[in-house]
Amino acid sequence: MSDPNPSPLSAADALIACHDCDLLYRKRPLREGEKARCARCGALLYTRKPNSIERTLTLALAALILFALANVYPLLDFQFQGRAQQSSVLSGVRELYAQGMWTLAAVVFVASILAPLLKILTLLYVLLPLHFGCRPWWMAQVFRWIETLHPWAMTEVYLLGVLVAFGKLSNIATIVPGVALYSFAALIVAMAATDAALEPEAIWERLEPCR
Amino acid sequence: MNPGLPVTAVRAALARCHACHRLSRMKPLPPGSHAHCPRCGAVLHLRKPDSLARAWALTLAAYILYVPANTLPIMTVVSMGHGEPDTILSGVRALIAGGLWPLALLVFFASVVVPVLKLFALTYLLVSVWRKSRWRPRERTVLYRVTEAVGRWSMIDVFMISILVALVKLGSIATIEPGAGALAFAAVVIVTMFAAMSFDPRLIWDALENLDER
Repeated sequence: MSDPNPSPLSAADALIACHDCDLLYRKRPLREGEKARCARCGALLYTRKPNSIERTLTLALAALILFALANVYPLLDFQFQGRAQQSSVLSGVRELYAQGMWTLAAVVFVASILAPLLKILTLLYVLLPLHFGCRPWWMAQVFRWIETLHPWAMTEVYLLGVLVAFGKLSNIATIVPGVALYSFAALIVAMAATDAALEPEAIWERLEPCR
Repeated sequence: MNPGLPVTAVRAALARCHACHRLSRMKPLPPGSHAHCPRCGAVLHLRKPDSLARAWALTLAAYILYVPANTLPIMTVVSMGHGEPDTILSGVRALIAGGLWPLALLVFFASVVVPVLKLFALTYLLVSVWRKSRWRPRERTVLYRVTEAVGRWSMIDVFMISILVALVKLGSIATIEPGAGALAFAAVVIVTMFAAMSFDPRLIWDALENLDER
């Protein structure tokens, strides 16, 4: 920046603090694709991503479609001595509940269905109006949720669980992967790309009253 | 105050909003009242509230839950009226016996190595902050970041059980029942995730600031 008069400390919105070590930085405009890292602890401070809102929106829509496919179709087909059994994400939850393990059923439900779905819906709720130039109701309250939901949406961990179950049963029975398994793999890619395209700072700045 | 030190937000009396990351000047407040972020409305804190007490309590709870998680069966394969309980470790052993080395390695790492290392890492971070250690703060911050990011991968076994229980329903030939160990194991993973979330890595760096001398 070529500003000859650095802004005083009271202009708090031009400053940024490292979330891991609390060091203060004066926020400097970045080129597209650039990342600002903390010099002291290496944490990622902020980034600038090209067309963040539009790209995140597109990817979140793709994720929503893949999420629907991953939950409607069967995940695995189990064939053993002429008998067949299908399983979907939800049937695993239902069976745990039926066997009296409702807490475990709730954990699996939240991590594999509820948190990923809420994350996608929250993004769409905030980004769709922003794309059309208006601000959604309760934007701050809703957008705050995304960071909270993030660690609990365990889609990629779930897929590894499917893989281990697949391996365990493949020695004793015939296991056929279903449509949902492929949708699940694509969903993970879409959700990771959504996270990578999102630039939260840019969205929070839209909340700033007047500049 | 040491003038050679770089300026931190807390020294400038600025609080970083945990939700929208905006900095706000903190003024003395009457006890019992909270300051709110002018941009997003979240409650402002200079540091995560009661960080050490919460992280200690959750870490200790995880240590206690770790015992039933590894000794109780996570699931039982009932075939022909004969039940065969599986623990976390015997599940890994069964994968090795079946020749599934890569999966055995994956489960061993996610279900055995990660939870133990996570508990040790949290304990070490808590002790080092409590002792106001100034040793290698950058490396300790990296340790914290890894601890926070890696915890969720331990849920592999829990998800595997939910899939097996739904697939293997062959009446008297074979069924799979979830065990209490699975619940304790899921609790270890969740409780340590909360412990890592309540730990404030900025406390590692506060020891360099001599905040208590002011």
